[in-house]
Amino acid sequence: MGKYRGNPAAIRALVRDQQVHRDVYLDPELFDLEMEQLWRNAWIYLGHASQVPQPGDYITAEIARQPVIMVRHSDGSVRALMNRCAHKGTRLVSDRAGHVNRAFRCPYHAWTYRTDGSLLAVPLPKGYDGTGFKECESAKGLARIENLADYRGFVFVRLGAKGPGFHEYFGESLSSIDYMADRSPAGELEIAGGCLRYMHNCNWKMFVENLNDTMHPMVAHESAAGTAKRIWSEMPPETPKPMVIEQLVPFAEGYDFFDKMGVRVLKNGHGWSGVHFSIHSSYSPIPGYSEAMVKAYGEARAKDILGTIRHNTVYYPSLTIKGAIQSIRVARPIAPDKTLLESWTFRLKGAPDELLRRTVMYNRLINSPMSTVGHDDLHCYRSIQEGLESSGNEWVSLHRDFHPDERDQPDLTANGTSEISMRNQFRAWAEYMTLTMN
Amino acid sequence: MSAAAPPSDQDLVDFVYSETRLLDERRYEEWYALFADDGYYWVPLVPDQVDGIDHTSLACEDKLLLRLRIERLRLGPFSQHPESRGHHLLQRPEIESADRTANAYVMRTQFHYTETRGDEQLVLVGTVFHHLATEEGRLKIKLKRVNLLNCDASLPSIQLFP
Repeated sequence: MGKYRGNPAAIRALVRDQQVHRDVYLDPELFDLEMEQLWRNAWIYLGHASQVPQPGDYITAEIARQPVIMVRHSDGSVRALMNRCAHKGTRLVSDRAGHVNRAFRCPYHAWTYRTDGSLLAVPLPKGYDGTGFKECESAKGLARIENLADYRGFVFVRLGAKGPGFHEYFGESLSSIDYMADRSPAGELEIAGGCLRYMHNCNWKMFVENLNDTMHPMVAHESAAGTAKRIWSEMPPETPKPMVIEQLVPFAEGYDFFDKMGVRVLKNGHGWSGVHFSIHSSYSPIPGYSEAMVKAYGEARAKDILGTIRHNTVYYPSLTIKGAIQSIRVARPIAPDKTLLESWTFRLKGAPDELLRRTVMYNRLINSPMSTVGHDDLHCYRSIQEGLESSGNEWVSLHRDFHPDERDQPDLTANGTSEISMRNQFRAWAEYMTLTMN
Repeated sequence: MSAAAPPSDQDLVDFVYSETRLLDERRYEEWYALFADDGYYWVPLVPDQVDGIDHTSLACEDKLLLRLRIERLRLGPFSQHPESRGHHLLQRPEIESADRTANAYVMRTQFHYTETRGDEQLVLVGTVFHHLATEEGRLKIKLKRVNLLNCDASLPSIQLFP
């Protein structure tokens, strides 16, 4: 028995009002408990429905270290199944995406399953007569994840039986998905442009916290964004502003800019920075786009959609989205110091192709394993992972702009450089880590 | 210079070796000068990728972005403490096509690329295609396409130029 298993009081004690204990990033037992508790009790992003447009289309993913299939069933609905043959446990499908005509067929002993997970057939079925097989778990087919929500194509699952409902869990944060989807004149998003898969040798929370950490860009990204700014300033005055300059230079904005951006935090660890404006606010208009939006939504609503330019919205703990440029990042924790980050982009149905090109460029510049921005972020995360091993101070400071009144507020807007989003995440962390512990 | 003879086969092979050597010796200014004004350095994200515009790449750098990378490296950014070192082991470059009338040459070269930083070492393998043309008698890179064998795998930071 370790320090934390079966000891909710010890887990809660790791999160103080303005500090967290280093064990939340380092301790292997806590990582196991995160996967067994927090990542079971919370709603976790699985995939986007546009990845499985036709019945039989599937993708695979790992949720809380468990292999999962997301598949379009013959009735048109999206289902989530455990990628584990009911017989001996073989992972049924190994590709990241694929299609089955009628059924999943195990490569080992040819057991077959319908796309709702039910067992279709086994070879030589007589061999099971009178064996007790029909009464056991395996006869039911693949384990199904019953708690599934498809919100405007964003498919989330909750692995555990207990926990809040989907809308109760995400609440007002879903408005960021709405604003992103509504940027399509047709109101629909479609995954496009490929997925960057960047392996981070750090704890998953360092990444999630960083998304609304507005005190780091002007420091960590000075070498990338500051250099872009200088190169741009040295170009001849009539040069049209290249898109890469438009995308990189705002990372070099000063403290005042990021402070005025504002941050809003909601119950359960969710929230976004860029309440009033963001680093995406000054992009050049794309010809034909606002016209298409006005035609689809009318002047007032189109203005509201296009004027809502949030920075990052965190759907705690697994998903972060950038509605203003239609990209998302997904955290897939593997070990205390290992996290796979997937970065995806969307096509806005009915919008000019240039919008896809813009987000594809942004994704590459910021989220690629070869990104000059990503390199400095990961360097900092890894440095935390190693620095926290030191003795003398076991606590991480999250004091910036703390106020005692913030503690029980379900919805609060603060100045952009406040560390409130991290404190808010850790309050949710403590709650969902211990929700189903006795 | 413009009246210079077109490059010989040996010139094309030598170009690939010397271009790669500039990278491994961190002579980035000289390396940058090898690119045509409309040249690209491209590392696709998926096998057989058609373009870097409608599909994301690991890197897809025009001269502006190359300049940015080189200047940033010169500053000694945080992620370059400790500094990375890169090394290319090349198989003999093959002439994929050489059209001296059209001034268009494509070289195909197999490589092993190693990048180290501190105690960590990353090995990547693949095939690089150099699309070349002469400008004022000198070979220039129109496109350097680096096909990594595991381009679609999850990858750690790759900080220099495979």
